[in-house]
Amino acid sequence: MSQLSTKHLLGIKNLTEDDLQLILDTAANFKEVINRPIKKVPSLRDITIANVFFENSTRTRLSFELAEKRLSADVVNFSSSNSSVKKGETLVDTVNNILSMKVDMVVMRHSSPGAPHFLSRNVKANIVNAGDGTHEHPTQALLDSFSIKEKLGDVAGKKIAIIGDILHSRVALSNIFCLQKLGAEVMVCGPSTLLPKHIASLGVKVELDVKKALQWCDVANVLRIQLERQQIKYFPSLREYSLYYGINKKLLSQLDKEIVIMHPGPINRGVELSSDVADSEHSIILEQVQNGVAVRMAVLYLLAGTKG
Amino acid sequence: MQKRLVLDEGQIEIILRRFCHQLIENHDDFDNTVLLGLQPRGPILLDKLVKLLEEISGVKVLSGYLDATFHRDDFRRRDFPLKANETKISFLVEGKKVILVDDVLYKGRSVRAAMDAMIAFGRPQKVELMVLVDRKLTRDYPIMPDYYGVRVHTLESQYVLVEWAEKGNEKDAIWITEKVNP
Repeated sequence: MSQLSTKHLLGIKNLTEDDLQLILDTAANFKEVINRPIKKVPSLRDITIANVFFENSTRTRLSFELAEKRLSADVVNFSSSNSSVKKGETLVDTVNNILSMKVDMVVMRHSSPGAPHFLSRNVKANIVNAGDGTHEHPTQALLDSFSIKEKLGDVAGKKIAIIGDILHSRVALSNIFCLQKLGAEVMVCGPSTLLPKHIASLGVKVELDVKKALQWCDVANVLRIQLERQQIKYFPSLREYSLYYGINKKLLSQLDKEIVIMHPGPINRGVELSSDVADSEHSIILEQVQNGVAVRMAVLYLLAGTKG
Repeated sequence: MQKRLVLDEGQIEIILRRFCHQLIENHDDFDNTVLLGLQPRGPILLDKLVKLLEEISGVKVLSGYLDATFHRDDFRRRDFPLKANETKISFLVEGKKVILVDDVLYKGRSVRAAMDAMIAFGRPQKVELMVLVDRKLTRDYPIMPDYYGVRVHTLESQYVLVEWAEKGNEKDAIWITEKVNP
């Protein structure tokens, strides 16, 4: 099948395994495209895409914009900080105004969980969720799975540990859904204050000891401590967090196997990852960034080509 | 379903040998010539040609597979997008003579898309087109093959079916059939 079961990418939760495989297969084709001398294809030349970001972003926004431009789409960028949102305009009004200028797709980041779902019910355009609060970040999970598949050959049967601030992470939730649908085993690891209370009900293993998590896994996806989302203190200090949960070369050398290190960025060097690990041969962090463009090209291409 | 045989295994073999000799005649030792098989069905024909050329001339011709899915002109005009195939080209075509290889030339739209896709790998000195079957009367674009195996007069309602032994068929064969939903 070469068609997605949905006309929006709101989250991984509502995608089928066939959808995920189709996106990953198409992303592999686009990875080849972006490594050509001319990295552009004309597929979306009659499409206009609005990147609507109500929350800060550098890499995701840049990655989406590059993906759109490499598909030959026209791109408009919108950020809430210098817009009429400040004057009290509602989300639907803001987006409908953008759409009335003949925009076909909206890539949206918003601090409120469910904002893209709400938008998809109220406006006529394909919506792509580029992160909604602490809920989902589907394209990050897709690029993580693509990177694992590229590095290890397959996702099915692999053991993936997600380590760090699970409580505030939309990357963690999307990754759990994506990896499980693709047949991987998932473990979450972090201080108990940063693990959601009922996370085990999603079918993941829960581990408080980072050494045991690293020993168990094939891939460690290390997450950033999201201080900007933390209203209260979840651990005494960054130094203490680093001492107990920071991953460094010494810790990896104590394992009896080699594991792959991933990070969705931006890295807090010296907190969750030491520089010698982030820049080591174990790390595929920069491959993740490159794969992000290919995966986003695949998502936009497949959504744009599917008649609603 | 009615089927009419156009080429059998023996006739295909003769055509492939003719293709090889025509290529050798026009491209000498293939010093500056590359072959690109157009996905999804060109690569089978291409692989056969490359093998036969090596047998006949002793030269292993540089070749690759080219997919033009992202360059097609029917994106968003179909109900759903076509699934892309692998592009496998380990060289640039800049300054080279390129021979595009496909099984059937129908409307010419795939070849147009393929030429568009090919340009991403450089500016070739010359491009030629080789097809096993030329459906002469169904062209939408002004594209003609430089080398063809057989030229057939078909209707839009008909379909040219190419069967390869490599794809699990009993023998290599080419048929004309009626489309199920013309």
